Amino acid sequence: MSLLSVQGLRVEFPTRRGVLTALDGVSFDLDRGEILGLVGESGAGKSMTGAAIMGLIEPPGHMAGGQITLEGQRIDQHPERYRGSHIGMVFQDPLTSLNPLQRIGDQLMETLKIHHGLDDATAKRRAMQALDEVGIEGKRRDHYPHEFSGGMRQRVVIALALASDPKVLVADEPTTALDVSIQAQILALLKQLCRDRGTGIVLITHDMGVIAQTTDRVAVMYLGRLVELGATDQVIHQATHPYTQGLMASTPTLAGSVDQDLFQIPGAMPRLDAVPAGCAFHPRCDRAMPQCKTHAPEFDGRRACFWSES
Amino acid sequence: MIYTLFQRVIQACFVLLLVALVAFSMFRFVGDPVQGMLGQEATSADREALRERLGLTDPIVLQYARFVLNAVQGEFGVSYRTGESVADMISQRLPATLELALISGTFALLLGIGLGVFTAIRREGFVAQSIMATSLVGVSLPTFLIGVLLIWVFAVELSWLPSFGRSGVVDLGGWSTSLLTVDGWRSLILPAITLGLYQMTLIMRLVRAEMLEVLRQDYIKFARARGISTRRIHFKHALKNTLIPVITVAGLQIGSIIAFSIITETVFQWPGVGLMFINAVYFVDIPVMSAYLLLVGVVFVSINLAVDLLYLVIDPRLKANASEGHS
Repeated sequence: MSLLSVQGLRVEFPTRRGVLTALDGVSFDLDRGEILGLVGESGAGKSMTGAAIMGLIEPPGHMAGGQITLEGQRIDQHPERYRGSHIGMVFQDPLTSLNPLQRIGDQLMETLKIHHGLDDATAKRRAMQALDEVGIEGKRRDHYPHEFSGGMRQRVVIALALASDPKVLVADEPTTALDVSIQAQILALLKQLCRDRGTGIVLITHDMGVIAQTTDRVAVMYLGRLVELGATDQVIHQATHPYTQGLMASTPTLAGSVDQDLFQIPGAMPRLDAVPAGCAFHPRCDRAMPQCKTHAPEFDGRRACFWSES
Repeated sequence: MIYTLFQRVIQACFVLLLVALVAFSMFRFVGDPVQGMLGQEATSADREALRERLGLTDPIVLQYARFVLNAVQGEFGVSYRTGESVADMISQRLPATLELALISGTFALLLGIGLGVFTAIRREGFVAQSIMATSLVGVSLPTFLIGVLLIWVFAVELSWLPSFGRSGVVDLGGWSTSLLTVDGWRSLILPAITLGLYQMTLIMRLVRAEMLEVLRQDYIKFARARGISTRRIHFKHALKNTLIPVITVAGLQIGSIIAFSIITETVFQWPGVGLMFINAVYFVDIPVMSAYLLLVGVVFVSINLAVDLLYLVIDPRLKANASEGHS
């Protein structure tokens, strides 16, 4: 039994012009201690998937189908029972993720007390410990968020997210707002903490470099659908879906020459109210076949693409 | 911190000196006081003698210095109309105004913040929408009309509350209070609501707007993701962040409750300093007017000072800036 299992996840947003489907048939599993990358362009539904796991989809959006299970138990019906305690989350911008008026130690103690019912002294000790684990001196617990740098604040955020020993951590672009050198530190920290505790991570990012460096498996999303899923090495080196191939080809590398133009996927992702018929990617795909325009390819556990099947 | 405090106090003193200058110049430029005091029959020798006695022949800077020095000691001269000491008149009437302001300020703050939070949290609800619609009345109706309407409904039609005056007054060592008797409270209710209604609706709308803004912030989302209960998020995390900008406006509003209770005091014949001021204006009683001006200045300056200090207490980011400015 896998740790976290998402099956046929469907998220809908009712609007005046009809119902928009933000996520459709998203399915994946996550094992203990595993890091699964979710990648795709902006608006592909990566963050929406993370929000759905947390049960934090902004109304009027809601889960319209599928199920999410944690160790075999459904969690999508009462997400508030699992949020923060069994599943933690790290957000993109550490500068705005912390309450500016509360000492970081107090924010940690608050989380610890709520989830473990600790008394003050124990919570305080555990808070110091949690800070220590992310490489912040315990004595800085009396400091306010503005007294920390971006990287340090993201460490505090990670300490907060992991304070209650969650089984799964959803990390939504945890390093996008940080300097490159800090990015590596934070990723290494996340990786190490999760390996030690056996926490599974859903790492949401649009950065292929982060994916290659950190994840065990990758799920590629396009317009709210999973288009490819596989071991990181396999997806990066033997991508089967033309969209994944395009993403890989458009990632800058240090090895490439300065004059060499980066590959671009033509066009832009369509809006949710104008999803093309057939395969959603076909208008931008240079390998589109006649059936791509009329039939949507099924996800077969590895990819959803007629071209790579044939 | 202490440096900031010191800086603020110096600024406050400077502002008060300017207010004193305006108050002082009222004597010089609103007619000749000697003319008024002696009347038509006096000879020019009498006038010169009085001028000499009042120190009006001294250089203007010296007169100003004397005015400020007297004011600091609570000496504002004698009322032209009644011959009473202005300081005594004010100290007799100030308790009435301060008590009225205290009650209506508390009413405005508590209800304003409470309703503001409620309408922000239950943004879509019918009750919240109705409160928002009704609050427009509070913002747009002039004070005197609200006062008259309240009198008509609660005093004339229902006869629940007195329509004017301040009753049930008890003297507490020089401070006359109406807060100790039922009668006193009954006479306070209508003027307090009249005076505070506008501030209440203003604070409510401000709190609502700020709260909605704060609830969109990332740290609120992160708090939810940490599994903190909605109730705790609203009242512990969001409310405190909401109050920072609200304090400024609320502070100034409380100031104007004290300073500009004139209309309410007139409508309800409330024996406070506002009513005293309006009477002083009828009779061109300059010492009273100038003392009132100084009083209003002191009220606003001290409230602003208090608001600045409150900021430092609430917002740790400002404390950091203040100590950086020091070093």
